[in-house]
Amino acid sequence: MPRVVVIGAGILGLATAYNLAKRGVRDVLVVDRGYLCGGASGRNGGGVRAQFSSETNIRLMRESIEICRDFATEMKINVWFRQGGYLFLTRTAARARDLEENVALQNRCGLPTRMLDPSELQRIVPELSSAGVRAASFNPGDGVVFPWPFIWGYARAAKDLGVSIRPFTEVVGFEARSGRITGVRLRPTRLSPLDATDEVLPAGDVYTESCDDVVLCAGAWSPKVAALVGLALPNKPHRHEICSTEPLKPWLGPLVADLSDGLYFSQSMRGEIVGGVAVEPVPEGINQQSSRRFLTTYARALVRAIPTMAGVRVLRQWAGCYDLTPDGSPIVGRVADPSNLTLACGFMGHGFMMAPVMGRLLAEHVATGETSPLFARWGLDRFARGELEHENMIIG
Amino acid sequence: MTAKAMLCRCEDVTLDEVMEALDAGHHDIESVKRYTGFGTGWCQGKQCVVACARLLAQVTGKAPELPITPRPPLHPVALGVLASLGDDEEG
Ligand SMILES: Cc1cc2nc3c(=O)[nH]c(=O)nc-3n(C[C@H](O)[C@H](O)[C@H](O)COP(=O)(O)OP(=O)(O)OC[C@H]3O[C@@H](n4cnc5c(N)ncnc54)[C@H](O)[C@@H]3O)c2cc1C
Repeated sequence: MPRVVVIGAGILGLATAYNLAKRGVRDVLVVDRGYLCGGASGRNGGGVRAQFSSETNIRLMRESIEICRDFATEMKINVWFRQGGYLFLTRTAARARDLEENVALQNRCGLPTRMLDPSELQRIVPELSSAGVRAASFNPGDGVVFPWPFIWGYARAAKDLGVSIRPFTEVVGFEARSGRITGVRLRPTRLSPLDATDEVLPAGDVYTESCDDVVLCAGAWSPKVAALVGLALPNKPHRHEICSTEPLKPWLGPLVADLSDGLYFSQSMRGEIVGGVAVEPVPEGINQQSSRRFLTTYARALVRAIPTMAGVRVLRQWAGCYDLTPDGSPIVGRVADPSNLTLACGFMGHGFMMAPVMGRLLAEHVATGETSPLFARWGLDRFARGELEHENMIIG
Repeated sequence: MTAKAMLCRCEDVTLDEVMEALDAGHHDIESVKRYTGFGTGWCQGKQCVVACARLLAQVTGKAPELPITPRPPLHPVALGVLASLGDDEEG
């Protein structure tokens, strides 16, 4: 009988399961409606940064970057981690002031982030056209990873510690008694021939796994799953598109992000330039289709920033969903009813980088039942209390 | 074929590596793609998808699978060309 059922085998679910098992909670079942890497965790840009506007995020991400640095050794898998820094740009005066305030706060938290003058900007990315750029900040410790091996690393390490991971298994309902979930209703699935990555079809009968604790890590699907147990969540899926080019020899050090138009791009260890841009409006709900409008918008923004990119070819584009909350901060921790349900969702467009540290904290929370000050602040009830936790360094 | 035979030349994925993915329990083509990285390089799978799908069918005894989801553009297109195109109507 599994004690803890984790819903969603994205990076959050797997990191939590691994850390639970490491703490000795080994009766853990992780289920996912599709294959591993099918959700946002297999579709993201792999950016890892500590440049945020809230002290909470800055401190958490400092720790997460430490974990990323040791990940290959601990998990025995190459995650292509490269610390080339993050270079934030802005073209508006208001955002320039934000950047300066954020850098001052980051410095107080011990980060070496600095504002760049135009000559330094040119030195770090000589190909960048600085026309119209009002301000830029740089933290050399930020970086990029290749998301897929990160997932496999957690999955394998969790399995080695006794965790069961069951892909192609969808949560379709819950059994509850006296304000507690006693069982999770599951149905086997398979890929749909219509759209192999986004849809799953029923492929077997519904059955129940009993449980003592449930952790909801279903990313952008979380509100749908929570609704099955009568819980309303305020987060919303929001499609984000991304693409990669043909591989080039290494030339781009940092991930560059323009806060004015949502453009970001970096060079992966495989040589490709991976990036995206904000495109509005997007279709309602979960949608993982690619659009041509994204490609043309991205191409214009990227060629404006790096004119020499005009001759480089785009190889592939795809899409995933951000999991947006009203204040830009995640929703984590136990809820009041049902009392054995823990949420881990609402990670916006930065949940991949947060997972290494959040997986540890979530496992501690589930295993000990204790609520840290962080979990109290990031809990679901903050919306009812009206005590929001704003974050303004959101890309895209 | 020898174990070091290249199934995906763009991403240097060998027969060995695909077999390891199958042994690890990845019995659908989308998982094998993400476990090994095959099909994500310059040719976008033109040379390797068939070989990997056949191997998967042989090992699992299941009918050959759906192709991996094709990712646009169909052929590599230069950013400068894309930048000069107008936006289409639909999202
Ligand atoms: C284009 C793009 C770029 C991004 N770039 C970055 C970046 O550079 N850095 C960064 O840190 N973050 C980035 N993000 C955000 C990041 O990918 C997410 O925050 C993170 O992956 C969320 O992980 P997760 O495990 O919560 O969700 P997911 O990976 O989405 O996992 C949720 C899982 O739940 C499963 N599920 C859903 N419903 C059910 C059900 N009923 N039963 C069972 N399983 C179910 C899904 O199949 C899915 O696998 C980006 C996101 C996108 C879309």
